[in-house]
Amino acid sequence: MLSFLTRRLIVAFLVAATVMTLAFILTRLSGDLATSIAGPNATQADIDAIRKAYGLDRPVLTQFFDWVGRALTGDLGESYFFKARVSTLIAERMPVTLTLGLTGLVIALVVSLPLGILAAVRENTALDRCVQLVALLGQAMPSFWLGLILMIFLGLQLGWLPISGTGSWQHYVMPGIVLAFSAIPALTRLTRAGMIQAMGSDYIRTARAKGLSRASILLKHALRNAAIPVVAIAAVQLGFMLGGSIVIEQVFALHGVGYLAWESIGKNDFPVVQAVVLVLAVIYVALTMLADLMNAVLDPRLRGP
Amino acid sequence: MSVVSLNAGPKRGWKSVSTWIGAVIVGIAMFCALAAPWIVPYDPFAQDLGKRLVVPFWMEGGSTEHLLGTDQLGRDYLSRLIWGCRISMLIGVTVTVVSGLIGIAIGVLGGFIGGRVDDAVLFAITTRLSIPVVLVALAVVGLLGSSMTLLVLTLGLLLWDRFAVVARSTTMQVRNLDFVAAAWCAGCSRFRILTREVLPNIASHLVVVATLEVALAILLEAALSFLGLGVPPPLPSWGLMIAEAKDYMFFSPWVIVIPGVALFVLVLGINLLGDGLRDLFGARTDT
Repeated sequence: MLSFLTRRLIVAFLVAATVMTLAFILTRLSGDLATSIAGPNATQADIDAIRKAYGLDRPVLTQFFDWVGRALTGDLGESYFFKARVSTLIAERMPVTLTLGLTGLVIALVVSLPLGILAAVRENTALDRCVQLVALLGQAMPSFWLGLILMIFLGLQLGWLPISGTGSWQHYVMPGIVLAFSAIPALTRLTRAGMIQAMGSDYIRTARAKGLSRASILLKHALRNAAIPVVAIAAVQLGFMLGGSIVIEQVFALHGVGYLAWESIGKNDFPVVQAVVLVLAVIYVALTMLADLMNAVLDPRLRGP
Repeated sequence: MSVVSLNAGPKRGWKSVSTWIGAVIVGIAMFCALAAPWIVPYDPFAQDLGKRLVVPFWMEGGSTEHLLGTDQLGRDYLSRLIWGCRISMLIGVTVTVVSGLIGIAIGVLGGFIGGRVDDAVLFAITTRLSIPVVLVALAVVGLLGSSMTLLVLTLGLLLWDRFAVVARSTTMQVRNLDFVAAAWCAGCSRFRILTREVLPNIASHLVVVATLEVALAILLEAALSFLGLGVPPPLPSWGLMIAEAKDYMFFSPWVIVIPGVALFVLVLGINLLGDGLRDLFGARTDT
């Protein structure tokens, strides 16, 4: 178990380091940053001043190691546009994104677990096909468009939910539903497949032979085993959802980390952009590690030699 | 060359119906994409400020002159929709070609050689999955300026993961089969075994992945264009049409419903076709 943990940690660290390098290269793609920060009407003197003020006159490698060194101590630099520490900005906006991500995940689980179980129990019936169709429809749904449609119907015509902003818990319902749509197809299919596999296994036959009730067999024996991969994938899906929430935050004017990144891209505020890429990647890596650990704890066969 | 089927499964009746629906949708989209310049009723770029937001024919006040109405600048909506289909399909297919080349090369290499090379391939896949696609694509386009070529290259460089995963796992399965061992014994070169024995046998799986990737690329392009950092205006990308019509959606919801439904139906059709092909080939796409 310990060697498994160490190996996983080393990989996670290497991935984070690679993403860090890529994020740095990404923000330098546009060539001369000082020119783009200064804007179209700047004089050469302005550009030179900016270049000096932000340390962009130093060799690229010096800038890179400076950034890495500071990031390791939790200092992600200073925003050009917001004139604030990037770490403070991200910390301020993170609760909104996390609330949105968790709301989406809970909605996705509440929908896809029962659907998946139902489809598995009634395998190859009309009901099963309906569930699979729902998964297909969810997969084809453009999230930003679904968001706008919900705004028109639930927000404007029925007046049930607020259209945008972050004032109360109701503000998170519509974006949560939209975000959940991206995870429902995968989670439903996985629950269904896991339940079908579990229902065909020897221990279920034993449970049946013992004369246990149908509900007890389904929920206590089959679901418990089918849930292991689902819980693991749910953690990974949360990582994807946090990364993908940028579109939904923009649609619903939720001022989370995605919105921050979106604003910063428009303002050429590259310290913020590279920091958000890094933070989201690190969260994803941490969540996948958590998923692997959960799997390893629940299923010793996965720990490997 | 020998072709074997991995995990072949039976095909079910209703599945073939949905596959046909998918095939028809994709067929219509292909036709619209290829024939767009000749079948559009109006010039999709021509503005007519005297005829702004004309409603579609089935609504009160609509006429058959503009079947799907006009947008906020008086451009014919049906023409823009058809032209947008051309753009969606073009981006979907080109992105998949780029990502497919990268992913298949990486995956086959890892699965065929194994060992350290495979470790490196797995690491590359893990790293790629940890990168938030939408954010990075937005940043690249935002920093370098929006153009179709840049968009295709960016998405292609970001979306190769599923190709790599499937190419790697299927190559590993095929590598250990008897006919590959026979080819080794017959003294075939590595290159010959890769191109004549391995690739033909994993091709069906890759075709299924390709259909799903076209759908994903189309959805992502629409999302990026919606955020204003995808296809540059005045090109009528469906995502861009939704973004431009957003200000009018509360008074005339059809302006966002039409391009959205088109997008949804196209992606659904491609996915239905891909699912059908998967059953037909007995292919695996699970990652």
